[in-house]
Amino acid sequence: MARSTFVYVTYIRTTPEKLWSALTDAEYMKQYWFGIHCESQWTAGSPWKMVSGEGRILDAGQIVEADPPRRLVIRWQHQNKPELKAEGDSLCTMELEPIGAAVKLSITHTIEREPSNFIVAVSGGWPKILSNLKSLLETGSSVLQDPYPSSQR
Amino acid sequence: MAERRDTDVLFKALADPSRRKLLDLLHAHDGRTLNELCEYLDMTRQGVTQHLDLLEAANLVATIRRGREKLHFLNPVPLQEIYERWIAKFEKPRLKALSDLKYRLEKTNG
Repeated sequence: MARSTFVYVTYIRTTPEKLWSALTDAEYMKQYWFGIHCESQWTAGSPWKMVSGEGRILDAGQIVEADPPRRLVIRWQHQNKPELKAEGDSLCTMELEPIGAAVKLSITHTIEREPSNFIVAVSGGWPKILSNLKSLLETGSSVLQDPYPSSQR
Repeated sequence: MAERRDTDVLFKALADPSRRKLLDLLHAHDGRTLNELCEYLDMTRQGVTQHLDLLEAANLVATIRRGREKLHFLNPVPLQEIYERWIAKFEKPRLKALSDLKYRLEKTNG
């Protein structure tokens, strides 16, 4: 079956524990995810949802695997735009691997179709989110305040 | 210090036409094997491997093993960091200057 995959890797000077907490703490998340946060118990089988600053549910799904502070797999379906919701479930895997004084964070986002507008949509967001997260963890402040300053949305 | 070394590696990795071509190839179609990438470059397999290693060291390329195959993906995160560090902040004063100009011109017209 055809598959669309995007991979994002960033090295962040922090510990796996701090990074795990940054990826799962709703209040902390808002600081680097442009006001967006995720809600979940972060254990395998528990529901997961991504909520906008205005309280709209953007994406929803389920935690497939949770192995803190190493590996998190989320079954992830878009909810807001009908044409993206129709593409169905995607799978987002986050892997944290300590390397020296840093942690290698690898995010793999796949969907079992090709081409996928959902993957195109998330691929614009992930680099900004990750680079904000890196700045926040390393320097205490994030770089970008406005996620889509041009006409991307 | 570590920050500077990362930036040096990144810009050196970009300072080569074959490596930029590899990035363009991955941008057009992600998740390719070494063999697939070799078809587009007029150089030895070893040459392509060395370029890919440099791109991976600069974190511009990420690899995933799928069975026996090693798939190469374009990792856009360092390019986003270049954008934030070297482009976005220089763009702002110019946009401000443009909007000031517009304001001044419209004011004199009215």
